[in-house]
Amino acid sequence: MKTPVQFRLNDQPVAVFVDGGDNLLTALRDGVGDVTPKFGCGQGACGACTVIVEGEPRLACITLAEACEGARVETLAGLRRGPDLHPLQSAFMEHFAAQCGFCTPGMIMAAKALLDRNPRPSREEVVEAIAGNICRCTGYEPIIEAILAAAASARRY
Amino acid sequence: MLEFRKDYFADERRDDLDVIGKGVQRQDMLGHVTGTTTFFDDHKMAGMGHLKVLRSPHHHARIRHIDVSQAERSPGVRRVIRGADVPRNLNTLLGLIGFGKDDEPSLATTKVRYRGEPIVAVVADSERLAHEALARVRVDYDPLPAVFDVEEALKPGAPTVNDVYPGNAFEYHDRFDHQRVRFGDVEAGFRSADHVLEQRYQMSPIEQAPTETNGSIAAPETNGRFVVYTPTQGLFFSLDTCAKILDVESNALHFVGGTAGGGFGGKVDSLTEPLAILGAMLTGRPVRYVLGREEEMQFGGPRSGERIVIKDGLMRDGRIVARKVTVWFDSGAYTRLTSYGAVKCAAHVPGPYTIPAVHGDFYCVFTNRTPATAMRGFGVTGVDFALECQMDKLAALAGMDPMEFRILNAYRDGDMKAHRREAKNTALVECVQVAAEKARWPIREEFRRASSRTGGGGERARIPPTPKDTSPPKRTAGGSTYTPSVAPPPASSWDRPAASPPATPFQERFAMPPPPPAPMPRPASSQPPAPPPPEPADRREPPPPAAPGPGTTRFSSVFGTRRR
Amino acid sequence: MPITVKTTATFAEAADLVAGNRAARFLGGGTLLMRDVNEGSVAFETLVRTTEPARAIRTAGSRIEIGAAVTIAQIQAERDLAFLHGAARLIGGPAVRAAGTVGGNLFAPSPYGDLATALLALDGVATLQQGASRREMPLGDLFAQRGRDLRGVVVSVSILRPESADAFRFRKVSRVKPKGAAVLTIAAHLPTSGGRIGKARVAYGAMAPTPIRARAVERALEGRSLDRDGVAAALAAAAEGTDPADDAIASAWYRREVAPVYLRRLLLNEPD
Ligand SMILES: Cc1cc2nc3c(=O)[nH]c(=O)nc-3n(C[C@H](O)[C@H](O)[C@H](O)COP(=O)(O)OP(=O)(O)OC[C@H]3O[C@@H](n4cnc5c(N)ncnc54)[C@H](O)[C@@H]3O)c2cc1C
Ligand code: FES
Ligand code: FES
Repeated sequence: MKTPVQFRLNDQPVAVFVDGGDNLLTALRDGVGDVTPKFGCGQGACGACTVIVEGEPRLACITLAEACEGARVETLAGLRRGPDLHPLQSAFMEHFAAQCGFCTPGMIMAAKALLDRNPRPSREEVVEAIAGNICRCTGYEPIIEAILAAAASARRY
Repeated sequence: MLEFRKDYFADERRDDLDVIGKGVQRQDMLGHVTGTTTFFDDHKMAGMGHLKVLRSPHHHARIRHIDVSQAERSPGVRRVIRGADVPRNLNTLLGLIGFGKDDEPSLATTKVRYRGEPIVAVVADSERLAHEALARVRVDYDPLPAVFDVEEALKPGAPTVNDVYPGNAFEYHDRFDHQRVRFGDVEAGFRSADHVLEQRYQMSPIEQAPTETNGSIAAPETNGRFVVYTPTQGLFFSLDTCAKILDVESNALHFVGGTAGGGFGGKVDSLTEPLAILGAMLTGRPVRYVLGREEEMQFGGPRSGERIVIKDGLMRDGRIVARKVTVWFDSGAYTRLTSYGAVKCAAHVPGPYTIPAVHGDFYCVFTNRTPATAMRGFGVTGVDFALECQMDKLAALAGMDPMEFRILNAYRDGDMKAHRREAKNTALVECVQVAAEKARWPIREEFRRASSRTGGGGERARIPPTPKDTSPPKRTAGGSTYTPSVAPPPASSWDRPAASPPATPFQERFAMPPPPPAPMPRPASSQPPAPPPPEPADRREPPPPAAPGPGTTRFSSVFGTRRR
Repeated sequence: MPITVKTTATFAEAADLVAGNRAARFLGGGTLLMRDVNEGSVAFETLVRTTEPARAIRTAGSRIEIGAAVTIAQIQAERDLAFLHGAARLIGGPAVRAAGTVGGNLFAPSPYGDLATALLALDGVATLQQGASRREMPLGDLFAQRGRDLRGVVVSVSILRPESADAFRFRKVSRVKPKGAAVLTIAAHLPTSGGRIGKARVAYGAMAPTPIRARAVERALEGRSLDRDGVAAALAAAAEGTDPADDAIASAWYRREVAPVYLRRLLLNEPD
């Protein structure tokens, strides 16, 4: 038995059919076809699947898809406006904040959730905001620098 | 920030190299920040089956019986796969270059040798359905005594972990239970030394933990070929491994890779590709096999644990005159790549120092742990940790500054290394000088002025008289006493000369010529990727066996042959 | 059997569904339960949710009632719960805190349950929905029955409001900071009058399968002052009655060994 779930993904209405117990990550990747959130553990431990639900950072892998009925969901796929990169995306590029790139979609969404609420975070607040996101490649410093730089950039988005 | 020190070895450098120290954008960065980089699991296909594996709950057990009848009837199941379904169930990774014997099954049949070992695979319409089917597989085990410690495993009477190597040690050159370095007379060195320091060190296994777990998607392609999306770190290595295990020509497989969500050595073992392809072959549909994080930890090989004993003879003036090193590598239940790690270690000891007497013994030992494999400098970083701890202790014993102590003992151009190769392009002295400078660590003028280019050679270039070793390496039982616990695989293209006709249905579909005889990845040039091998010091020892096939001699570190 | 999700309008209906079915689990934020789903657990087949709101935080006299569906992030944002901010901040990362609930934390297996440990030290009493009726159950009893014969769904937890900022103390020892599972957690409510401790309530997390009271420590603190001499007897009794586990975070031996060290730091307000 499949269950229909409807929600707004990056400002667009979407509908998917899910199996009982399917998580939001599966609904997004297999149902909608938005593969920007990644599977790194399925245990809430790595942050690769971080998306924003109703303005809050959420781990898609441990979020029941059916619980997102009617919710506003944001993923990395919705960040860029046409050819223009979001300041976080440019800052990640400029600061070498990615190597393999697997943590990057979750990392950027965790950072966006922070900046949406707190546009001028301290370094400590940035560290706190990405505390649930593991990066095995970069050593975090470039990521922290990139988020601070995005926050400091005069560029509005 | 990176800094390019052009003052050192200026005459050896071109001055127009100007990339180091500058930021150069990665070509894949735009894809990473926009989420358009395509990782293997981002390939979505209609009708895809999901493969999950039943794993051993025991560290060591005989399998009495496996009953899959209920699993086969479980909803959504497309296929249950067992060891007998795998064309060549036993494999060893470096078998492709003739190094080591096939010892690890894709799916265990008669025994399990570590917790997490795969036994039965199920392809079903969803992951959940596959899990439900696996819960219906019945396996009867007879638990066996297990061994988890390298030194315990080598004791007489220890449980045999890996039946292919009954002595629990990997066999080098098909005969010897360890690798050796013999150079000069260490015992005489210890006798003449002012201090002798013997210390034990240990490194725990380290999981690579790439953020993306291992996995792959295989799907039938046109012409009977199979496309495989994979994060493997060795695309053609993995392709050939799969071709061997599945007994197909390598041109039956089309590997698409190059994008890995981290690897760090944890994605060279082809952990998922063979079964994903077999699943696709047996069901005719795309099959996805992705490890969960727990599986990644339990089934994906870490860097081996290592136990290291170092004994040094030290003079009052700070010179090390003898160094004896024994290292036991914990390979886990099967070989994977630790056999090669031990060779690298043998090639690395005694570290970047010139010591007139060096004695090394290096064991690759089987225990009932997860098989170990490649991980960032495996074979070298662990022993380096031990060697450098030992250097600090020796410096304290000699009453010397640890930086100066290293410069004093550093190898220099023209020195003879313990492996009977002249040291060239050495730079330890300069590294220590720069490190001291950066750390504002004062070192005396004479050490600041020291150079890798001076003070080497001469007496230091001599190969010292090396006593005959009265305890030749234990000759292992070799393959002769081994009776495989599974029926020997049918003769396949991998056992036959390349010209003989293909036998499997998959191969019959192609009109393509068979691949060249040694289908293995080769280094691009005559420069081998690894350091040169240790050589047997005892000239009475039989020479290493001839390399088994064309193309193989370049793997000097593995075969003990000189690089060309 | 594939998993079935049942969404009910009331806690009473949810409690009914959970009570009648061994293979049913009540779903809070799902931060723990969804892990089991993802790992393919066949131990349960039904997830029960309710849409009845339980996200209120109400102050009534000396006690505060917190709805079971209140998230850890909500606690962090609530001014009336400032004394719990320190504990809340050390649970998971921001995304775990945005989903994880107070109700779920009461059932989180060791070494999790940091908030539950704090609530235990604050004389927490759960309101449990069992069938159509509700009953109150002190957290100590709830933990003792948890995983055995406890049936029902927690609707809210009522806790003591510490009389002063210094009366409630919390320490979590973890290897990874700022998040990371506990080596051990200590929470203490230490009301004092005239420099003497009155009825102390000290709770440990990760020192037993569930959060537990450190009764021997509590007894040894009664009537004492918070100085080196005053806490000596309590420190000597620090490991009494504990039953910690060997896990990936720490060995049982290590946990017992460091318990007095961190208890001292907590009692004497020493830095970590
Ligand atoms: C990466 C990560 C890090 C974490 N770190 C911490 C940490 O540092 N400290 C810590 O304490 N926890 C930690 N947790 C565990 C968990 O997130 C919290 O304990 C959280 O509070 C659990 O709440 P939940 O609502 O998500 O529980 P759920 O997953 O929904 O449920 C957990 C259990 O509680 C039961 N349950 C839930 N609500 C109720 C209710 N109202 N009545 C009866 N039973 C109920 C469920 O049936 C289930 O058995 C971590 C989890 C993750 C994934
Ligand atoms: S995949 Fe969701 S946190 Fe790792
Ligand atoms: S860039 Fe590889 S995990 Fe972060």
